[in-house]
Amino acid sequence: MTHVGYLIAGWGITLGTLGIYAFRLVRRGRNLSARVPDAHRRWLEDQGPNGA
Amino acid sequence: MLGVLAFVLTDADVRIHPTTGEEFGQFDAVRLLYVHVPLAVMTYVAFGLCAVASLGVLIRRTPWWDVTAHAAAEVGTVFCGLVLVTGSIWGRPVWNTWWEWGDVRLMTTLVLFLMFAGYLALRRTTGDPRSVSRRAAVVALVAVLDIPLVNRSVEWWENRTLHQQSTLNDLKIEDLTLFTLMLGFLMMGMVLAWLLLHRFRVGWLERAALDHAVAAAIAERRAETPDAEVRRSVGETEDRS
Repeated sequence: MTHVGYLIAGWGITLGTLGIYAFRLVRRGRNLSARVPDAHRRWLEDQGPNGA
Repeated sequence: MLGVLAFVLTDADVRIHPTTGEEFGQFDAVRLLYVHVPLAVMTYVAFGLCAVASLGVLIRRTPWWDVTAHAAAEVGTVFCGLVLVTGSIWGRPVWNTWWEWGDVRLMTTLVLFLMFAGYLALRRTTGDPRSVSRRAAVVALVAVLDIPLVNRSVEWWENRTLHQQSTLNDLKIEDLTLFTLMLGFLMMGMVLAWLLLHRFRVGWLERAALDHAVAAAIAERRAETPDAEVRRSVGETEDRS
């Protein structure tokens, strides 16, 4: 196989970046969930036209 | 599964020159395109969604559209950054250069990335949140106009780009190569959907946490201040209350 270093770099950076970003999103979501009441942890309630 | 198809089952791009008989092509570097091209297409999808949601912000002015636009812009910017990086890594062995400033597609993609990075910077500025949302929506609608330029640049300025012309529309690739690329679109589409969903949830929770913190602060202030003083401080009169 040719260009092994480039392949490892390209695929590795892609999968690594997406994995780290996904992990950080989940962690941010969990931290924020702990700061709001149960009823506000989903996005199903209507906040009105101005997000009151 | 995508990795197995991309690295084991598909062939390297090796062609034989008709007159000299020498081997040429992309060789195994072609396997980078199974992530680079789907990332590029999903970048278009994410920024397109951001533009639609930005229109929703300007017309409907609801938090749902605003959070959607912000989520799509952030995820799209991550994808766009990866497009630039993977393209550069692919270009070194195939074009013998990491970057070419004269390449129209590279430059329009870089401009797209920078405009949405600017959008994200604008979202972080302090000020009236509704005003920031509307300004960001306008920026997104201007930035998204770059997408047709990125996509069509190889046709419109074919002498000013190292990129090949469109191969997907004309079906110049086929069989397992085409299947693997399609699977790449499916996989990256699923990753994009998952990231959008979770980024939307984070945005929604940020709003809820802020509202909850403000409500808690007001309740705490009311608890430690006599009722009459609170009513005076917020401009209420005894009659109104």
